Formats: sequence, structure tokens, C-alpha cells
Amino acid sequence: MAPHKIVLRFTATTSDQPIIYHLVKDYDLVVNIVKAKINPHLEGTMVLDLIGEKYEEGIEYLRGQGITVHPLTQEVVRNYDRCTNCGACTGHCPADALYMERPSMEVQFNGDRCVLCLQCVKICPVRAMEVRI
Amino acid sequence: MGVERTYAEINARIKAGKAVVLTAEEVIGKVREQGLTKTAAEVDVVTTGTFGPMCSSGAFLNFGHSSPRMRMTKVWLNNVPAYTGIAAVDAYIGATEISEDDPTNSNFPGEFRYGGGHVIEDLVAGKAIKLEAISYGTDCYPRKEIATTLSLQDLNEAILFNPRNAYQNYNCAVNLSDKTIHTYMGTLKPHLGNANYSTSGQLSPLMKDPNFATIGIGTRIFLGGGVGYVVWNGTQHFPGWLKDEQGNVVGSAGGTLSVLGDLKQMKPQWLRGASFQGYGATLNVGLGIPIPILNEEILRFAALSDEELHAPVVDYSENYPNRIGGNLGLVSYAQLKSGKITVEGKEVPTAPLSSYPKAREIAAMLKEWIQKGDFLLGEPSQLLPGPSAGLSGKTLEIR
Repeated sequence: MAPHKIVLRFTATTSDQPIIYHLVKDYDLVVNIVKAKINPHLEGTMVLDLIGEKYEEGIEYLRGQGITVHPLTQEVVRNYDRCTNCGACTGHCPADALYMERPSMEVQFNGDRCVLCLQCVKICPVRAMEVRI
Repeated sequence: MGVERTYAEINARIKAGKAVVLTAEEVIGKVREQGLTKTAAEVDVVTTGTFGPMCSSGAFLNFGHSSPRMRMTKVWLNNVPAYTGIAAVDAYIGATEISEDDPTNSNFPGEFRYGGGHVIEDLVAGKAIKLEAISYGTDCYPRKEIATTLSLQDLNEAILFNPRNAYQNYNCAVNLSDKTIHTYMGTLKPHLGNANYSTSGQLSPLMKDPNFATIGIGTRIFLGGGVGYVVWNGTQHFPGWLKDEQGNVVGSAGGTLSVLGDLKQMKPQWLRGASFQGYGATLNVGLGIPIPILNEEILRFAALSDEELHAPVVDYSENYPNRIGGNLGLVSYAQLKSGKITVEGKEVPTAPLSSYPKAREIAAMLKEWIQKGDFLLGEPSQLLPGPSAGLSGKTLEIR
């Protein structure tokens, strides 16, 4: 079983909760924090790799706390109409989620590998990488 | 003595639906398989293509006259200024002009989200564009201001006129410094963190006719999805050979084209506004040129492959901005396309800025147009200067 890549979004009232502790202690989940950030308004975003038998219960717990949970692949999307297949993004993707297929030299996007660094969003000259919130 | 063909003979074969056309990619395999002489005897035309950011691009627009009439001293299209120092209601929208309220690099690195290239893309896509203009008012042109919307079909003329396109070859850009830099060659990571290049290599038009033996004034081309023409050499046209340390020719570089075409025929997939973080806005242009195989020598160059064509690796942190010559070595397009090159002993990941799949599609479309008999070759009324002209760049001295 591969870990689920998920994005958690916290409001100012939920961002100070020790949720990782509960995911591990109460639901016996293996947690890898890929990215975590709290903005000046105390709203938080966290990207997790999460795996374990009680995964669904763990997600239920998070939602019960008022935390929104989305699969990572829905967060950064490739707009195929805008993309010109140039490949400028591939030099900057730290997770190899964006890569060149050879010898066709077409750009491929594997959303499962994305770590939500959002570098591609600004690097892409035609703004083909979009963030869905 | 091998085959000799004229433009008239090739065009007669195109009209009869008998012309043999290969893309610049296909012809490489053909020559490897059966040799130059046999291929030259068979193939009439080789089609090339490129799709990448070409900053020296723009369009002349004529808006038609309002009532009362107006000269239009200053014009904005979707808030992007257009040049109006020409006749009444004519303007030139340049690809790199940015929106009037763009913060540029004051919040570094700037995003440059909307510029002249985007206006051109929106026009070609048929979108409504906001036109604002002011003027000082004259007896014959009394109106002093106007604000309205228009789309491409409302214009009298819309002529794409790009004074420097289709760069024959280009630097592979790297960064030797210890901080990230933002350039027209994209964002470059410190300590040779990445290398960006921007040509279609073996599909690139001017690399496949490095002597300018067929490309000249009047050459009919694929431009932005429509038909266009080469109208002159481009600005900074300094064609020459690229040589390795032993003095062997390993490619060509320096040639450029001025091209023109009817914007109303063009399509947004082939004219795409672009933004380079920390640098500015521009336009991605799709351009393809047919090379008539007039003789075996022309085919020999048209069949050059990525293994035989090279680009210089140039540092954009110190050398390029300070006009320090030289380079960090030459790399082949085959190496660049493999995803890794070695610079100063370090393995550096590469990424293109120009789209190879789109270049391939352009060469294939041009091939199809010619095969269907829709597109005849334009015989140049004058060829452009080639490497033998010995042109080189002047520098700007501060006096």
C-alpha cells in the first residue's frame, strides 16, 4: 500500500491543535510531513504522506476537528490547453513530478509526486500550472 | 554532379501533388539509411519548425476612424501601451511592452503577468480588447479621448511584423554565481544548478540552411499558424559558424529573420503570450520554413542532426551581463536533449524553453500544406547575407 498524499488546511482556530500527535497515538498512522506552513493570519497548510490501517478513521478525525482535507493531486493541476510542452518547469521541479519524456520531449506531470512547492506556478512562462483551492 | 532543381520545378511538382516532402527530423533518418545522393534525388522539400519565446515581435494595427476623428497620440490595449508615433489610428503593439500598472521588479522577482504578447494572443483568440487613447486635438482630428472595446475582426489591418525572430542558434544559459538569477533564459539556480536552452536543434530553420542558400526576401513561411513571409534579415543578423577548439565546424549561429504575416489568419496555439519571472513579458511564436532541396549541398545541411549541432554554454551571472566574451564549452543538442550536460566537470540538468513537440508539429503541418498543394514555395527576390558576408555586431560605446 502506497501512502496517501494529502493537503490539510487549518483555520486560525485549528492551526494550534496537536493533530499529528493524535494521528500517531490514536490512529496508529505513519506520518511524513512533506511541508508545513502557517501564514501571518495563523492559517496553516500542511502536506502529508499518510499510511496505516486506520487511515479513513484518521481522516474522519481531522475533518471532525474542522480541518479540510484534499488529495494533493487536486491542488496543483496542469492546464493542458495552455501548456506548450516547452519543458521550462522541469528544471525546477524538486520532486520530479514534472519531467520530460524522451525522446518525444513532451512534458509529463505526475501529481502523486508533487510536494506543493509551487515553483512551477511562477516558472511556467505561459502560466499553465494552476493552484486549485 | 548530383541533382539540380529550380523553384519553378518544385512548385510544378507541388501543384501536381507529386512533391516529396520530409520534415527536418525525418530527413535525417532517410539520409542515414540511403545516403545523400539518393535522398537528394528523391526529396524536393524539407520542412523545419520552431516554437519559442521571440521578444522582437509585435503587430501593426489600424483601428479605423471614430466620429469625430482622432489622431491617437497615446494608445493602450488592455492597459498595455502601444507605439503611436506613426499615422493617425495606426499603432504597433510590441510583445515585451508591459501593462501600465505592472509593478515590474519592485517586488522582486516580478511576475510580468500581462504584456503585449498577451494582447496579441487575446486578439488572435478573438477576445474583446479594451482600447483607450488620448490625443491633443487638431482641426482635422478634434477628438481628445476615447475608450471602447474592439476585437481582431473590427480592425482594418493587423499585421504581425517581427523584426528579430527565428534565432539560428542560442546560448545554453547557466549561473556560476552563488545566488539564483532571473533572466530572459529563465530562472537559473546558483553554482551551475541548471542549464536552459532555447532552440529546436535539428528542426530549427536557420540551422538547417546555415549558408542562407535558400532563405531570403519573399520566402513563404508558416507564421503563427498562418502564412507569412521573410521580409528582410532580422536585427543583429550576424551569421557565422560555430567551431570547436580544433577549428572544426560544429554548427552555425547568429542569423536572424524579419518576418511578417496577416494576424487575422493566425491562431492562439501558435502565438502565446509568456512571462519570465524577474525579467519580463514576451510572445511565444510558432515559425516554420520550407527548405527547397535545390542540390545535394543544401540537403547535406538540412540533414544535420542533434548530434552534429552544438550550442555554447554561457554564464549569465557575470559574463553575459558584463559583455565578457567566451563560453564554458560547447554542447550538442543531443546532449542538451538528454537532460544532462557536463560543465566545468559538473553534471548539470538541462531544460528547454522552446517547445520541441510544437516545433515538430509545425514542421508536420507545413509538410501537409505543401503535400496538399495549398502552399507553394516563395522564390526569394534576394537572398540574405550568409556567413561569407562576415557580418559582426557593433557595440554601443559610452562617450
